[in-house]
Amino acid sequence: MNFDFSDEQKQLRDEARRFLDENCTTKEVRAILEGKDVYDRKLWKGLADLGLLGIAIPEEFGGAGAGRLELCIVAEEIGRALAPVPYSSTVYLASEILLRAGTDAQKKEWLPKIAKGEAIGALAFVEGPGNPTPGGMKASVSGGKLSGRKTLVADGGVADFAIVAARAGSGENTLSLYLVDLKGAGVTRANVETVDPTRNHAEITFANAPAALVGNEGEGWTLLTQALDRAAVLVAFEQIGGADRALYMARDYALDRMAFGRQIGSFQAIKHILADMYVSATLARSNAYYGAWALSTDAGELAEAAANARVSATQAFQLCAKQNNQVHGGMGFTWEADCHLFYRRSNLLALTLGSLSWWEDALIERMRKRNAA
Amino acid sequence: MNFDDTPAEAAFRAEARAWISANAPRQYEDDLRASPFGRVVLKNADIIAASKDWQRKKADAGWACLHWPKEYGGRGATPIERVIWSQEEGLYGKLSSLFIIGHGMCGPTMMAYASEAHKKTRLPPLASGQEIWCQLFSEPASGSDLAGLRTRAEKSGDDWIVNGQKVWTSGAHHSDWAILITRTDPDVPKHKGLTMFFLNMKSPGIDIRPIKQSNGQAEFNEVYFNDVRIPDHQRLGKVGDGWNVSLTTLMNERLSIGASMPTGFPELFDLFARLTIDGRPAIERSDVRAKLANWAIRANGLKYTSYRSISALSRGEMPGPENSIGKLVAGATMQDIATFAADMQGPTGAMKKSEGVDEAGLFQAMLMRSIATRIEGGTDEILRNIIAERVLALPADVRVDKDVPFNRIPTRGR
Repeated sequence: MNFDFSDEQKQLRDEARRFLDENCTTKEVRAILEGKDVYDRKLWKGLADLGLLGIAIPEEFGGAGAGRLELCIVAEEIGRALAPVPYSSTVYLASEILLRAGTDAQKKEWLPKIAKGEAIGALAFVEGPGNPTPGGMKASVSGGKLSGRKTLVADGGVADFAIVAARAGSGENTLSLYLVDLKGAGVTRANVETVDPTRNHAEITFANAPAALVGNEGEGWTLLTQALDRAAVLVAFEQIGGADRALYMARDYALDRMAFGRQIGSFQAIKHILADMYVSATLARSNAYYGAWALSTDAGELAEAAANARVSATQAFQLCAKQNNQVHGGMGFTWEADCHLFYRRSNLLALTLGSLSWWEDALIERMRKRNAA
Repeated sequence: MNFDDTPAEAAFRAEARAWISANAPRQYEDDLRASPFGRVVLKNADIIAASKDWQRKKADAGWACLHWPKEYGGRGATPIERVIWSQEEGLYGKLSSLFIIGHGMCGPTMMAYASEAHKKTRLPPLASGQEIWCQLFSEPASGSDLAGLRTRAEKSGDDWIVNGQKVWTSGAHHSDWAILITRTDPDVPKHKGLTMFFLNMKSPGIDIRPIKQSNGQAEFNEVYFNDVRIPDHQRLGKVGDGWNVSLTTLMNERLSIGASMPTGFPELFDLFARLTIDGRPAIERSDVRAKLANWAIRANGLKYTSYRSISALSRGEMPGPENSIGKLVAGATMQDIATFAADMQGPTGAMKKSEGVDEAGLFQAMLMRSIATRIEGGTDEILRNIIAERVLALPADVRVDKDVPFNRIPTRGR
């Protein structure tokens, strides 16, 4: 058994971490938080130059042709750095959907641009309150033109194209995925405010926007849930990266801060908070590794492994981020301390691919199906 | 990242599997399967005799204490081979619980500190299960604070005379031999006045009394010492160095990894898939699913964490204090699961035998036993301290008794 990453993969992790340590400190994250731009363009260019945007894109489409394990490694570092760039939407969602379901022409048009950092992609699947359901989407397509409204589109304000879930008809199996050029006709967008302004989100209104089918007609719900499952594993790596950094930020503060004449980290009340953060982060890491194995091998267990990784990583990042605040005491509630950057990101990531309760339900449903089989 | 054995590991696994398949005591298979938690009960055989037989059989064929050197009754196997063996032994591993303390803790301590003559005499019968060992550590006034122990050993010629009391000694009533930690110098700070020995449990002056536990069983004992004589050549380590010797013992406890601790989750999942509440399976309720998911990620997380530890072993790395999370997570999870299993049955959840719920007694056993899981071998709180201090490198707690002679440390709270 080798339930770990290889030496080459660990080397990739070290390189990505070194690059992000230098180019994505919390100063860069705060520049986006405070509205100086919608994403860090310099960092995005740097990631492209390092080949990290197209790391899992095959060479024939301009990528590095590495596997999903390598992508998991990069995801953890993106999460650790709280990188304010459209990585998850472009790489885990748009590019992965095109790779699995796009036509050759769609791949040739968009994947090389993604790899070079010249195109940003997004996935538009949320229309209002509630987690997605196959019957709940109203956006529609008629004669190759898409109309409707999507909200909370991650990086929707800066994306060049979006994969949009919409229906052609009113029956059960009429949901499909479409590719829409967001710079083309019939698209208006407005940024929306979220708990974490370091990542862009937008509402997009489509009025007869030209739309090209991605995958087969009527396959939209299947493709969407598969895409969310795959992205859930990758986002779980972002979450364990964030959780790990929040844990060690709290640990370091507990070593530095003195109260009652001693380091606060010598009090059991603080130690036990930190030990519980470590336990949660460790379980989440192990669950994420299993998700990585399932993702990289396209295993039959992927759907269950993804939900398992997602639930565990969401819990761990939320716990580590909130307890990092707690260990920092009053200091943790200041704008100046970095705690809220982790707290914001942990709460954003807990929701954007579907909320925790939705994934909990999915995990148990998938386990039940396997047990019944 | 893969779940495959290396060629050498695969060959070892095949050999182990073939031997087990040819030699396992199949007559106990059903009884062992029906004991998913807690004590093993054999319908038509004495558990001690059955355990000793299986251990002897394994020892004769070179499958006992795999990681021990051959001259002491082991196989000289690698840590990963030991894990593979325990995976293959599976159900029949339950017949080894009698030997866990002897093989896991007493043996390694003897190996590190006993004389060569003692090792050659005592270790092979320990490996083959013909002699059972226990560990005389905890005392009424020293549980988590082990170094506060009061059992006295005083030098008398070439012997030591021991007086005092131990408690929570697993298996003392079946044991032939024991390792024992004592206080030999009460005038120095507590960690510095301790000395370790091994002794024959049939020595005159030893009185063993079983403890009736709150769950009604009696796995543990009180052990009283009344002028018990131990020859000085049975001392383990230097006089006054018992604390360091005990750390060797406790470090070895952590090496027993490879299998994750039971949480009760698979049993709960099966029950809720079947149990009907208000006309539909419990598992269809969203409140049930939220709780199940929370326990699923813990049970799965422990399993995959053990896979990561096994991978590290396979690379030749030694397990460290990070393995403390197993019992910390499993104990509390089992207690919560047992409580919820009863809750979902409604008022009849209070009954040991409940219509349509064959597992009712099992969950009640978990409920009552998990109290001890959260305490034995390091309480939840001590495990959190270990993680905080040894993994996260936080400073040790401020100790008011650290530099005080042992006999000046206050003994009453009020």
